[in-house]
Amino acid sequence: MLTLPCPFCGPRDETEFGYGGEAGVAYPERPADLDDAAWAEYLFLRANPRGWFTERWVHRAGCRQWFTVRRHTVTNEVVPDAAAQEVR
Amino acid sequence: MSSRLPTGGTRLDRSRPVTISIDGQDVPAFVGDTLASALLGSDVRLVSAGIYSGRPRGVMGVGAEESNAFVQVTSGPGEPMVRATELEVHEGLSVERIAGRGWLPEGIDHTRYDKVWAHCEVLVVGGGEAGVTAALEAAARGVRVVVCDDRPALTDARAGELVSHPDVRVLTRTTVVGAHDHHHLVAVERRTDHLGDDAPPDVARRRLWHVKAAEVVLATGTQERPLVFPDNDRPGVMLAGAAATYVRRYGVLPGHRGVVWVAHDDGLADAVALADAGVELLVVADVRTTVTPALADALAERGVPLVLGAEVVGTDGDDDGFLYRVHLRGPDGVVVHDVDLLAVSGGLNPAVQLWSQAGGKLAWSTEAAGFVPAAPPPDAAYPLSVVGSALTGATGAVTAPATFFCGDVDDADAARVYLDPQRDATLADVRHAHLAGLTSVEHVKRFTTIGTASDQGRGFGVLTVGVLAQVLGRPVTEVGTTTYRPPYTPLPFGLLAGRDRGALSDPVRVTAMHDRHLAAGVPLEDVGQWKRPWYFPQRGESMHDAVLRECRAVREDVGMMDASTLGKIVCHGADVGEMLDRVYTGLMSSLKVGKVRYGVMCSPDGMVADDGTVARLSDDEWLLTTTTGNAASVLDTLEEWQQTEWPDLDARFTSVTEQWAVVALAGPRSRDVLAGLAPDLDVSAEGFAFMEWRDATVAGLPVRVMRISFSGELAYELHVPAAWGGALWDAVASAGGVTPYGTETMHVLRAEKGYPIVGQDTDGTVTPVDLGMAWAISPKKVREGRDFVGARSLVRDESNRPDRRHLVGLVPVDGSTAIAEGSQLVDAGADLAAVPVPMHGHVTSAYASVALGTPFALALLDGGRDRLGEELDAVDLRVPVRVRVTEPVPYDPEGERRDG
Ligand SMILES: [Zn+2]
Repeated sequence: MLTLPCPFCGPRDETEFGYGGEAGVAYPERPADLDDAAWAEYLFLRANPRGWFTERWVHRAGCRQWFTVRRHTVTNEVVPDAAAQEVR
Repeated sequence: MSSRLPTGGTRLDRSRPVTISIDGQDVPAFVGDTLASALLGSDVRLVSAGIYSGRPRGVMGVGAEESNAFVQVTSGPGEPMVRATELEVHEGLSVERIAGRGWLPEGIDHTRYDKVWAHCEVLVVGGGEAGVTAALEAAARGVRVVVCDDRPALTDARAGELVSHPDVRVLTRTTVVGAHDHHHLVAVERRTDHLGDDAPPDVARRRLWHVKAAEVVLATGTQERPLVFPDNDRPGVMLAGAAATYVRRYGVLPGHRGVVWVAHDDGLADAVALADAGVELLVVADVRTTVTPALADALAERGVPLVLGAEVVGTDGDDDGFLYRVHLRGPDGVVVHDVDLLAVSGGLNPAVQLWSQAGGKLAWSTEAAGFVPAAPPPDAAYPLSVVGSALTGATGAVTAPATFFCGDVDDADAARVYLDPQRDATLADVRHAHLAGLTSVEHVKRFTTIGTASDQGRGFGVLTVGVLAQVLGRPVTEVGTTTYRPPYTPLPFGLLAGRDRGALSDPVRVTAMHDRHLAAGVPLEDVGQWKRPWYFPQRGESMHDAVLRECRAVREDVGMMDASTLGKIVCHGADVGEMLDRVYTGLMSSLKVGKVRYGVMCSPDGMVADDGTVARLSDDEWLLTTTTGNAASVLDTLEEWQQTEWPDLDARFTSVTEQWAVVALAGPRSRDVLAGLAPDLDVSAEGFAFMEWRDATVAGLPVRVMRISFSGELAYELHVPAAWGGALWDAVASAGGVTPYGTETMHVLRAEKGYPIVGQDTDGTVTPVDLGMAWAISPKKVREGRDFVGARSLVRDESNRPDRRHLVGLVPVDGSTAIAEGSQLVDAGADLAAVPVPMHGHVTSAYASVALGTPFALALLDGGRDRLGEELDAVDLRVPVRVRVTEPVPYDPEGERRDG
């Protein structure tokens, strides 16, 4: 079980969290301006790297805040994402 | 002839004799014995049989490395496949021999299993000398330390100091079985297994420990490795270290006349110990040509011949298959010895299972003649270290051990060289795998099944790697090991479940009126975690009849329902209106205080995610209702959008599902009933219009009344703080002639109106347009080009194909045959034998209807709205029912009844 660093509550067990997938996939400014391919890319396509991955978690059974961490997809190393104090 | 020595046995309490039984045969033992030591102490050599070969098998090891002696425990709650070497005896212990396979005990295991969570700075696995040293060092730093050891007690002289240290928790009879990500280690503590009927009733039999440690130290020691040869599986063939341990720990002589064959110094030391205990050693053989002189001298002093460069080439068995003769080939040829014990030892494997589980690498060490820890697990945030013999294998050896596994064996004999006795897999299987082209140890493992039995290769795994290297003609360094995975030793499912079983397996949620429902003896329906009244049968009434009666009451008179499970979310903030405009398809910001609006939520892919109502309570306070099942996910969704995409919006969300109880009052007479209960409330159609809410005093209680209908009839929802839910229920029930109804009637009533249930009539592939609810999408937002979640997806060409699956109604053409939920829709008269039968949709809801006078259904049908009047077959379990496609609103399509 992972230990995840909630920026508000500190390190807590993975069971308290929900997973939010790749971070930094912003909702398009004007979805109506996107063609179908670009919209589908926003909806469905995500990076799947072997290595470091910036991803979102939500402390669902805790403070209910979303936050971002960097996780190594091979070793499961998790470090707080210092660059992502703004949640996304 | 007993093999119990008159004295000795560090674990024995000779003042406490007990009697155990195997297959009904009584066996004397002492407290402190294991089943294995007790059997050996009474010369009971037969413990199990080969699963395929049926060959007799005895005790081979002394701990977790045992791969022969598994039994079925039949006393107490019973347990299959228990290692005799780790099964502590107690009065009344009863076991049965098994042939490689146990069985699940009959009935339910009612013993108590618990789970415990522990956090510490340092977890030390193994309480031997190295483990105690590491634990004391850590404790001296003033940090919290947990020590786990699988034996009944620590034997180190410093154990007392450790146990009494305030920052140290010592768990004995505790096996660490898993080393998971981020130092989540799982251990099994056996608390009362060894006590039998004397177990205190208030102590859990076993506990599953979840330990989170900043740092983990593995002091797991070594496991002895055998040597193999034809007929190596006979009772009487044991590991040399195990044989010596039976003498020391249990005062048991493992044999009377023996041969010892080893490949390392520790094995020679074991031979000395066996000689000292009184085993007549005919010869000690070592595969090496050089050994440590002191050990050779010790054997010479005891008159035991030592033969170097020797190997066992076979054994003979007596009529029962027990060891009888050893064929030993030395420099002078093969000599045959009459024995009852052959003690072998090929080396000491560092116990690296947890290291490997955690992601650490292993490498063959020639010095240790075994796989030792190499590169550490890659996650530097969780340091894992290894101390003691688990790191090096050797325990003070002077002369290097031999890397030796098996001598030359003819193909004719290879099928009797057992590499996994529990699987009855042999050297012949490995050679067969090689001939089949397999070279990877992982492939050979799966091909031969070696190492896949319940000992998971602890006894023979490394040896098999060595044998495979021989077969392949490659150095063992190149062959490598298989990956070790949790659990290290098996653990029962009951332990994993702990207390989370039966009534505690899932939380039960009940409404404020639940005691009323129980008192009324109402059948309950599970709706997620909620218990909801299903229907309210009168004496002797069937469900069918009760539902028809309840439906008629609501359509013609008045009914009441416990609607408390509705999801309820309060929203605060100046920008809630804007926020709701973005997440609902409809326009919410224009909603006036005092008004209620129906809303549909989509996912970004345009598919319906939930529906419910939005009530504006004040300028900056709103109340959303959600479907019962989606209450949590709607809250999650709102918070996610607000936090991650629109943090500039002033909007906050609070679940109040549990804080409010709700009574739905529905039917043409509901206005009269409400008027009687709330004399101060203007209930006139003009004073209290559809989709409005009022605060009112109802039956003396503070109630928020909403004029909302989920049945198409004139109806109200009465929301009251949960503490008054029971009182409100009682008051409405006593108002006179109000018929209580349950979830089944609610479903029939809503389906008659074509109101879909999200998650029943939708499945994540259905748009609002597919449901015929294009009206729920705000034309104003569309006109002004305002975005909302799902909007972009809804304008895709794919979302507007005319052949998309639409929600429609179905009625049986004969007017009477029931349609089954889940039925597939096919062409009328389609040949059901000509598979695949082209399928056009499926039935999502189906009920009998008193209002329509016929069974009816809702269905998702390809291009359904263009097929009204068409006939199809609805097929359930190969039985077709001829149906006609209708509007999805079979009842009161003009909505004339909602005003009463
Ligand atoms: Zn938190």
